[in-house]
Amino acid sequence: MQPGLSFEQAPPISVPFRFFLTAPLFGMAAGLLLLWQGPAALASRWTGVALALTHLIAVGFMLQAMCGALLQMLPVAAGANIWQPQRVTHLTHAGLTVGTLLLLAGFLSEQALFFRIAVPFMTVSLGAFAVIVLFGLFRTPAKGPTIVALRIAVFGLIVTLSLGATLATSFGWQLALPLTEITHVHAAWGLGGWSLLLVAGVGYLVVPMFQLTPPYPGWFARSFSVTLFFLLAAWSITRLPLQRPDALQAALACAAALLAVAFAIVTLRLQGQRRRKVAEPTLLFWRLAMVCLILAAAGVALQQLKPGEGEDYAGTPFLLGVLLLVGVFMPVISGMLYKIMPFLNWLHLQKIGKPGLVVPNMRQMIPEPRMMMQLKLHLAALALLLGAVPLPWLVYPGGLALIASCAWLEWNVVEAARNYARFKVGLAEKLAAEQPD
Amino acid sequence: MSGITSALQQHHKLCDDDFVAAEDSARSGDWAGCASAYGKFRDALLAHFGVEEEVLFPAFESRTGMTGGPTQVMRGEHVQMRDLLRQMDAALGQKDADAFGGAAETLLVMMQQHNMKEENILYPMIDQALGGDGELQSRIAAGLAA
Repeated sequence: MQPGLSFEQAPPISVPFRFFLTAPLFGMAAGLLLLWQGPAALASRWTGVALALTHLIAVGFMLQAMCGALLQMLPVAAGANIWQPQRVTHLTHAGLTVGTLLLLAGFLSEQALFFRIAVPFMTVSLGAFAVIVLFGLFRTPAKGPTIVALRIAVFGLIVTLSLGATLATSFGWQLALPLTEITHVHAAWGLGGWSLLLVAGVGYLVVPMFQLTPPYPGWFARSFSVTLFFLLAAWSITRLPLQRPDALQAALACAAALLAVAFAIVTLRLQGQRRRKVAEPTLLFWRLAMVCLILAAAGVALQQLKPGEGEDYAGTPFLLGVLLLVGVFMPVISGMLYKIMPFLNWLHLQKIGKPGLVVPNMRQMIPEPRMMMQLKLHLAALALLLGAVPLPWLVYPGGLALIASCAWLEWNVVEAARNYARFKVGLAEKLAAEQPD
Repeated sequence: MSGITSALQQHHKLCDDDFVAAEDSARSGDWAGCASAYGKFRDALLAHFGVEEEVLFPAFESRTGMTGGPTQVMRGEHVQMRDLLRQMDAALGQKDADAFGGAAETLLVMMQQHNMKEENILYPMIDQALGGDGELQSRIAAGLAA
């Protein structure tokens, strides 16, 4: 069979939904951890608490939602079919959920045992996910900047996982490795090589699609992902094998930051030229994320230009972490869930019915005022957590607001799942009523 | 790109303006404006489906012998989009802005992901299979202009 011919092969709705229902719970856990630890959470990026917080959001929330969305969208948007979708789903979901808990336990308890379990468990489950997805992305006949960005992004995920596994191995078996350097490279690939490129690849498709904006300029879309990849690769080489922070390395980091700013500015400009004028929640979440991306990238560049000052000031890593995780990626993901879930509901309900039977539309799946409320709570969380850098006690209201935002998100995604079940029963009853026997 | 499907790709974009005008008018309660813009959008969309189903897909299917594959999926999605048009027709008749907006948004996402599949996967396959069939190209142009 020629690959890509069965692009109707959308997975069952339970495949992506289990990821979407799980992700906000880890966001709430991050908020709880902030409340529990208070200002101590801000002390340094190298404490177990800081690492636990980072991974609750980066793996528990972000990677969880991203993997679910990718499994859903690959067959549709990229014509890439996943080998054994059901098994891959179970394995990936378990890997992410149990994996996040293992990392959390390991960082908080500093017990080697948790890392000894996490290493093989997460390497097998998430590694299999990444390799299978990458294989699908290379087999698809589809072309275009999204496919290129997604291939590099998944490669970036593999780099992130490998370095993460290396770090966890050294915690589990007390190996002497250059941990600081590996951590820098691990974080750069996780945030830039994987997360930002995934956002870009998906953005090329959905930014014009949802708001009817002009498309991303072809030259930009084609060169962005490849350039970012080479900059990251070159930067990693100066950092890891050579381990010599110098001017070349700072220049490479600044260039990568500048590229991220360019992506944010292009996206904001396209959204400014949108033909649909409705300011819907998804658009607002995206715009918030792009503004935070500009601020975070500026922060990264400043840190490179004045390295001494950045390291003296312990608040800088927390500030950048909040901007990137809470300001950029959590909002993009929330905004995307508010489009993906209602559309999937409609698409799957449509298949149950028959032509002519009215299926509830997308706007009947999650009430829009509730999406807006989550946006407001999330903005409050972001502002308070940024404020906690100069005023550490703000970490308490900030943690509370983060819990509230994630709880609200969970309520909204549960509403989408419940409405799917409710409408499904309703449609089945209508169909039964139409058939007299 | 100058393949056989380039006219259809252009046409995907052309439908957008009337869609936006119809959506805006419905939201502001201008039902006369909505009816006129929506009417144009609806005609253009149905003409597009017609050309694909009656001219392009049969030509591709008879050349490649592939009848159960992607063209079948596209036909199925056309049925779903026609259903949404019917919902919009009804909402327009009842001047129900919520129902019109909800069906419009659903149609927009459906339409865009449908176009994406066609432009990224199916059209390139068709261009490859049918090459420079000039007669087919003019039949497509005529169908879209009708």
